[in-house]
Amino acid sequence: MNVLELQHLKKYYATHRAVDDISFSIPKGSIFGLLGPNGAGKTTLLRMITGIIYPDAGEVLFDGRPFDPHNDIQYIGYMPEERGLYKKMKVGEQVMYLAQLKGLSAKEARQKIDYWFNRFEITSWSNKKIEELSKGMQQKVQFISTVMHHPKLLILDEPFSGLDPINSQLIQDEIFQLAKGGTTIIFSTHRMEQVEEICDHIVLVNKGKKVLDGPVKQIRQDFKHHLYRVSLESMPNPAQMATHHFTIVKQHENGYTVKINEYSKTNDILAHFLHHDIQVTYFEEILPTIHEVFIQQVKTTDMEAAAVN
Amino acid sequence: MNKIWIIIKREFLTRVRKKSFIVTTLLLPILFASMIVLPSLFINSDNDEKVAVIDDSGFFAGKLPDEKGIHYNFVEAKLDTFKKSYRDRGYTGLLHIPKMDINRLPAIVYYSKGQMPFSLRGSMEKRLESVIEDKRMEMAGIDKSKLEDIRADISIENLAGEAEKKGSSTVAYIVGWISGFLIYIVLLVFGMMVMRGVMEEKTNRIAEVMVSSVKPFQLMMGKIIGIAGVGLVQFIIWTAIIIGLRLLLLPLLGADTDVSAAGQMSANASGKFKEQMEFVFNSIDWFSLLPLFLFYFLGGYLFYAALFAAVGSLVNEDPNDAQSLTFPITLPIIVAIIIMIQAVVKPTSQLAVWGSIIPFTSPVVMMARIPYGVPGTVPYWQLGLSMISLIAGFLATTWVAAKIYRTGILMYGKKVTLGEVGKWIFRKS
Repeated sequence: MNVLELQHLKKYYATHRAVDDISFSIPKGSIFGLLGPNGAGKTTLLRMITGIIYPDAGEVLFDGRPFDPHNDIQYIGYMPEERGLYKKMKVGEQVMYLAQLKGLSAKEARQKIDYWFNRFEITSWSNKKIEELSKGMQQKVQFISTVMHHPKLLILDEPFSGLDPINSQLIQDEIFQLAKGGTTIIFSTHRMEQVEEICDHIVLVNKGKKVLDGPVKQIRQDFKHHLYRVSLESMPNPAQMATHHFTIVKQHENGYTVKINEYSKTNDILAHFLHHDIQVTYFEEILPTIHEVFIQQVKTTDMEAAAVN
Repeated sequence: MNKIWIIIKREFLTRVRKKSFIVTTLLLPILFASMIVLPSLFINSDNDEKVAVIDDSGFFAGKLPDEKGIHYNFVEAKLDTFKKSYRDRGYTGLLHIPKMDINRLPAIVYYSKGQMPFSLRGSMEKRLESVIEDKRMEMAGIDKSKLEDIRADISIENLAGEAEKKGSSTVAYIVGWISGFLIYIVLLVFGMMVMRGVMEEKTNRIAEVMVSSVKPFQLMMGKIIGIAGVGLVQFIIWTAIIIGLRLLLLPLLGADTDVSAAGQMSANASGKFKEQMEFVFNSIDWFSLLPLFLFYFLGGYLFYAALFAAVGSLVNEDPNDAQSLTFPITLPIIVAIIIMIQAVVKPTSQLAVWGSIIPFTSPVVMMARIPYGVPGTVPYWQLGLSMISLIAGFLATTWVAAKIYRTGILMYGKKVTLGEVGKWIFRKS
């Protein structure tokens, strides 16, 4: 079942089309990556999902029903890219305030605060003012205030920026925990290595349009260049490498990067080396990283857009 | 709505708990009191005018007694030499009256370092004129004692309205002035407080977190009402101070007179003071003044606070933006205080009447008129029209402000033009 479904969302501003007919759906419990270069329309999209702004056209379905900002807002947790907390407020009061605005009673909020503050080992900060905390510490407080009310849908815009590796790992673990508990997570970022590590699904947007949509594994398969990396115990003489199954793309110190020919199968490559009795020490298909797919796709769409103009 | 209440509570508590709130609340009445008392303390003999008089004919000798702030001192000296040395001798000026014929007055000259103060010129001319006039009357055959009999000293007692209430325009003037000025300060101080609050939320990017939990309108109204609560608490404290003065100070003064029977003079003096104080308290209809003050205080605040919130939502990081954007809002408030200064002198003039009806200026101007009496000076229709337009006014400004605010708090980077803001107002949600 899909927690969130966007159907032909459009948001036009006077000068540009921030979101131009985007549709996708997010299955329950998945970690969903929303990628795109700066100014692609990600924030506008997220703001429409959180009910901060209304789409000009199209519909947002939440839990199968049309999104009702008034009620559904309490099932959503949103951590914007630009963090915001009241600087002069004490940490405990701040989190309590935001939790109550999400509809938690003071008592519930108290329990949750105890739970999360213990978990993040920040109980001692409770009476400190936000402005006394470091950026990373503030980020932890912000994360807690976003997940306090146990949202069905958690939207994190660049959740790791400004965090050291240890805290980064801490937040990442929490994200996995929440997803296991059934929370759906939308994760917006530029950091592609994290996308591969964390996300199940991604959507790539550029210039207000959806460019790509699918499971991470599937996308890497779809965009592969049919390359393989072969490491060998000893380099054979060039004559031994002649075959109609693959062509050599690059020669390494201890092997080759090869591109498989059409109609050939992976095992045909291995069979070739076995046939010549060359010892294979390492063999792997080279899949493009999401980073590479991202850059390639953004460039392609930019070029298409330029051609249209 | 529960959420708006949570916001109101936070906005209220964070401000009331501040030390600066307690200090300013208690300090402002003291500041006001000292504004009234201090000027009289500063008038000391150091600032008095010491005027050396060279009277060539000796006509004025003994006829220029010292008066408040001016001391006349007749000197026998030559004008040419004394002109150069009078300042070294501690005089602020030198008055030269040449030889004169009572019917043909010569040019009287006053030498001083800088320009002669306006008030000094007035009182000096009046003094010299009356001496000459006395002399001329005497010459016309009017006896001096008869002259004293002819002179009259009149003070008008004013009975206002059908009840012939004994009032004092002086008290009304002072109370009107203070109330009008207080409202003026409230509009600016609390308006700015709302604006700074909104700017804080926008520049700290809390606004985005907040509007993912509550509607922008709730956020704006929560802030406005919360800060109104702060103002109300201040109002209650100030009212308590007035009532406290009324209840505590007066009997205290009365008791003093009984006990200190030793000095008949001081008893008389403090008795007179008590009478004056009682007169001040009784000549104003506090039971209509205080609720009306509360109404115009809240109405005016709500009218302007929404506009200040809208402006705060338009400001980016640059504080210069704030200044240029607040100008269109502070301008009518300043106009209001200018009209108020007129209205408190002439409370029934056209300017005062319309100034107290149009909601941009009515909170300040009306408060200057009300102490003169309702319905005597301010007829019921004017009061009613003024109150209704203020309510309609703040509903309108809140509606407009909400539209601007909703878009403004999420806009970053570029500076908005007035045209764009206009579009936001008329755009459907």
